Amino acid sequence: MINLFKIKGQKKEEAASAAGKPPVKKQSAGELRLHKDISELNLPKTTSISFPNGKDDLMNFEIIIRPDEGYYIIFATSLSLSEFDFIFTVISRGGTFVFTFQVSPSYPHEPPKVKCKTKVYHPNIDLEGNVCLNILREDWKPVLNINTVIYGLNLLFTQPNDEDPLNHEAAVVLRDNPKMFEANVKRAMAGGYVGQHYFPRCA
Amino acid sequence: MATPDAQPTEPARWRDLDMLLSRPGNLVAASFDPSPTLRDEIGSFAEVLVVGAGGLGCELLKDLALSGFKNLHVIDMDTIDVSNLNRQFLFRVQDVGKSKAQVAAKRVMERVSGVNIKPHFCRIEDKEIEFYSQFHIIVLGLDSIEARSYINSVACGFLEYDSNDNPIPETAKPMVDGGTEGFKGHARVIIPGTTPCFECNIWLFPPQVKFPLCTLAETPRTAAHCIEYAHLIKWDEVHPGKPFDADDAEHMQWIYSEALKRAELFGISGVTYSLTQGVVKNIIPAIASTNAIISAACALEAFKLFSGCSKTVSNYLTYNGLEGTHIKVTEFVRDKDCLVCGPGTLIELDTSATLSQFIKMLEEHPNLRISKASVTHEGNNLYMQSPEVLEQMTRPNLSVPMFELLKEVPCATVHATGMAENNGKKVSSLRKLRVAFKGVIGDSKMDTTESS
Repeated sequence: MINLFKIKGQKKEEAASAAGKPPVKKQSAGELRLHKDISELNLPKTTSISFPNGKDDLMNFEIIIRPDEGYYIIFATSLSLSEFDFIFTVISRGGTFVFTFQVSPSYPHEPPKVKCKTKVYHPNIDLEGNVCLNILREDWKPVLNINTVIYGLNLLFTQPNDEDPLNHEAAVVLRDNPKMFEANVKRAMAGGYVGQHYFPRCA
Repeated sequence: MATPDAQPTEPARWRDLDMLLSRPGNLVAASFDPSPTLRDEIGSFAEVLVVGAGGLGCELLKDLALSGFKNLHVIDMDTIDVSNLNRQFLFRVQDVGKSKAQVAAKRVMERVSGVNIKPHFCRIEDKEIEFYSQFHIIVLGLDSIEARSYINSVACGFLEYDSNDNPIPETAKPMVDGGTEGFKGHARVIIPGTTPCFECNIWLFPPQVKFPLCTLAETPRTAAHCIEYAHLIKWDEVHPGKPFDADDAEHMQWIYSEALKRAELFGISGVTYSLTQGVVKNIIPAIASTNAIISAACALEAFKLFSGCSKTVSNYLTYNGLEGTHIKVTEFVRDKDCLVCGPGTLIELDTSATLSQFIKMLEEHPNLRISKASVTHEGNNLYMQSPEVLEQMTRPNLSVPMFELLKEVPCATVHATGMAENNGKKVSSLRKLRVAFKGVIGDSKMDTTESS
């Protein structure tokens, strides 16, 4: 039990001196937990991260994923001539996909808000950039972290899912005609039309 | 409504309060000093802040004013809406659109003579920390976890510890936190350093219900799915770039009509305007009696805290009026490692010690043993081990003296995260540290000459 009266008495005496340092803004527990997650980031080689607002704003950042396997890569070939042989070298290059992360002060109780900034032909990403990933919504738990979200986003490109899609047409094509899906993805990444929608080049 | 003529005379109005304050008892606080002038002294000295002037706030201002508190402040960023009028009884139809804090303060001052209420029409985050330091008790009538978390971190920020890691009682700023939802409510007493703070038990909150985006897009089954589809997906499609405002009636109406269309398409019933509001804004209809009961409990706790006339609730009271009225008090337990109210570990430094030397000390400290530490101070990331881009940006700080990085104060709170050993296994560890600089004159409460 606090004796507030004693405090009041003391405060009246101390009124003149007022030597106490003014308490400064504290970091919220959510920001501290985010700081921990970021300092322990273990990025796969497909993923890079940038902080547009500088080193002190960890709550808004961008990641770029360049898949190195699956549908979302482009094969490029180069041909070189030697005296004896034609030599074909196959280089694979991934499309470049940008995601923005917005972390709220109630992290980790609320998942980070993730949007895809690159227009992509994908069964689980719609044309407005909404991403259908279970751990971003109904399966989020505070024990998950930024690493798991980045891992999940990478999985979207290596294992696109035609069940419960956000882009219905893409899902149907993936399910019924994988070869056409592959062609559609490549055309979209190179810059072109799939159906009525135009996809800017991202590879 | 009582007319000024019918108002009781001063001593008669306060008769019940005076009985509590002028007589000794067996449940009183150790320092309780009963006296007939105690009520006047409370009125003159106590400064209380009421956060929120809505359902709980109106009741709180009335209850506190009638409990003898004469110096009150109230802060609320909202304006009055017609839907508030069924329970926020200080407001009338002609007040719709005006500031809740300003109207509430005015109305209570009209009815209780001698009370002085200063309204603040702004967000709690807009006030300087010094603003909050003037109050003896902060009473909360808030409606979100985020707001409570913020006020909790401000109030706990005033708490200081001595060199034996004991809280210094004079620096603890108590809070009384009330909340209601339909027929249920709670009132809890938070004394930083003694009872658990809001952050200590925050993990008890259940996760919010979120539907998978693909269910909303492809296979809705309930009215709520249809509403969330309109709210989260259709809005951005039809109004690209325009942010959805849940407080704008036209936006809400648009969501409602889109949800209806979708529900018809899938043969789902149950979409109503009030369900739409509930799903989009997480609103549960409010009941005047719950607010009145919880505010009364909070005002009583504040009164007991300041006067000492009885022991306060220890420390979490819950109320459920769904069937009958059920009240229970539970003693919640502090988290000794709480990042907000815990003592952390005391580290003493020379003013010449650099950040890189500090990080080395963390590795060697017997209670910490954190290797590869990243250090942050009040939102400034002093050093980040990872990712590469941040490591490069913060590397120059390694050779800078800590005293300079921490803005040359005698002591500061710093957080470090890294890998620590736990039972032979390396685990991730996030620790709060109290850094005190040797020989720097300042806070005499932190006795830096004693080594532990």
